[in-house]
Amino acid sequence: MDFYYGMAQLIGVHTLLGLSAYIVLLTGQVSMAQAAFFAIGAYTAGMLTVLAGWHIVPALGASSILGAASACAVGFPALRVKGLMLVIATLAFGEGVRLFFFNFDYQIAKGNIKVGPLGGEGFRQIRFFPENGWTTFDVMLFIWVFALLAMAVLWWFDRSRYGAVLRAVGEDELAAQSVGVNLTAVKVSAMTVGGAIAGVGGGLYAHYTTHIEHSSFNVLVATFAIAYPIVGGLSNVFGTLAAVIFVQAFLVEGLRDLGDWRNLLFGALIVLAMNLRPHGLFGRRHA
Amino acid sequence: MLELKAASRHFGGVRAVDGLDFRVAEGEIVGLIGPNGSGKSTAVNLVAGLFPLTSGSITFKGENLESLPMHKRLQLGIARTFQNIRLFSQLSVWQNLWVAQNSPEDRARRGFFARWLGGQKGVRREIAELLEFSGLAAKQDELAANLAFGEQRRLELARALATRPKLLLLDEPAAGMNSEEIGQLRSRILQLRSRGITIVLVEHVMELVMGVTDRIAVLNFGQKIAEGTPAQVQADPLVRKAYLGGA
Repeated sequence: MDFYYGMAQLIGVHTLLGLSAYIVLLTGQVSMAQAAFFAIGAYTAGMLTVLAGWHIVPALGASSILGAASACAVGFPALRVKGLMLVIATLAFGEGVRLFFFNFDYQIAKGNIKVGPLGGEGFRQIRFFPENGWTTFDVMLFIWVFALLAMAVLWWFDRSRYGAVLRAVGEDELAAQSVGVNLTAVKVSAMTVGGAIAGVGGGLYAHYTTHIEHSSFNVLVATFAIAYPIVGGLSNVFGTLAAVIFVQAFLVEGLRDLGDWRNLLFGALIVLAMNLRPHGLFGRRHA
Repeated sequence: MLELKAASRHFGGVRAVDGLDFRVAEGEIVGLIGPNGSGKSTAVNLVAGLFPLTSGSITFKGENLESLPMHKRLQLGIARTFQNIRLFSQLSVWQNLWVAQNSPEDRARRGFFARWLGGQKGVRREIAELLEFSGLAAKQDELAANLAFGEQRRLELARALATRPKLLLLDEPAAGMNSEEIGQLRSRILQLRSRGITIVLVEHVMELVMGVTDRIAVLNFGQKIAEGTPAQVQADPLVRKAYLGGA
């Protein structure tokens, strides 16, 4: 049973990662920096529980704030570039953050062992859950509280005027400005909300795997972040969830028995899914 | 109300608008006509804030517009439509109007949270009125992309009105319309004036321009070559030459 709980944990965390890109994609911005906000959240929450002895809930609050702040900081310069240029700029930021953690040492002695991030070795022993006796099931529930909360907030945004404005900006920035939309505020706010969600996701990720390192936040993770909402469709948040389940449960785990053939089929099935449902799994049927 | 003084906009060597003096008084309907490429749309874009002036100045109600971004100009009450329709095509008709509610009145009446995170209930009545005015009430839940051409034009006008403008810049609103639709547009424009909205009408369709405007300015190669009542402009030899060519 633990296998399925573990699977559900992974799906919950990746849903948060996908949702963080979902809101940014609504404004027409393709951000490859989501893995970086995820990493910042992961290291922040891990350091707070391990080194500072915080409880996980305030630690996640802090990682969400730091994720939001760094996304806001990226959002302003990102306004100046669009399309492929934005992809490259955010990719560079993401790699910068990854390399920062590759070189980041901050260890303190705890009893007779040293704990904390240690450069390329990564950050081991993020053991808040086992130390406090949480079972895999408890952790899964805990993760899903946040995943469902993020889905609920974004669902609410989608029904509000804010959601309509985000989509309007995504469709035609000039027309949106011409009806009085402040482009800066809208785009940066979407980035910030996305950063907050990625920060929480990262904090949860650090704790359920108990070990993070720079390569946990590479370009592949950034690609997954934008692939989920694109494969799932931008009509609503359930598309992202469906895409995470499709990719992680079906493609990654379900096809594990195929061995080396899996990777080949993985790509082929995504291409097939996008051809059958060009607007995403949950997208509109007609353009 | 609106005053352009020696306004110029050059694109490289092209003087799209060149030393244009142009005034609009409150409550007027002013036509802006001229051959293709004469700088009419550029003039509208300068007022709306799409790009900065090369030289000269634009003031609106005494306020210099130069450094104001587009959304700030809208808050002063300047709204526009586009020559090539620019709707939010994957939003519904209703949502297109909802997104446009950014006027100072809307800000004052509803708090930040109600305005941004509120649902559709609170604003249903105002938007219903606009839909009624534009004859789009039956289509409110349709995606904008699925509307017929004439309906898209009407929706774009309604979207500009949703911003509660004081000055409305219409960039070729009758392009591609049949004469019945032009008649409807004409009566809408006159209704808007009776509501106190000042209008600048850029248009090629003379049937419309001559019928609704109080005054017309004629542009050619970025410069104003004539200005006056529709009758005066029609009789002007320079205008005839610009349109018909010849010696």
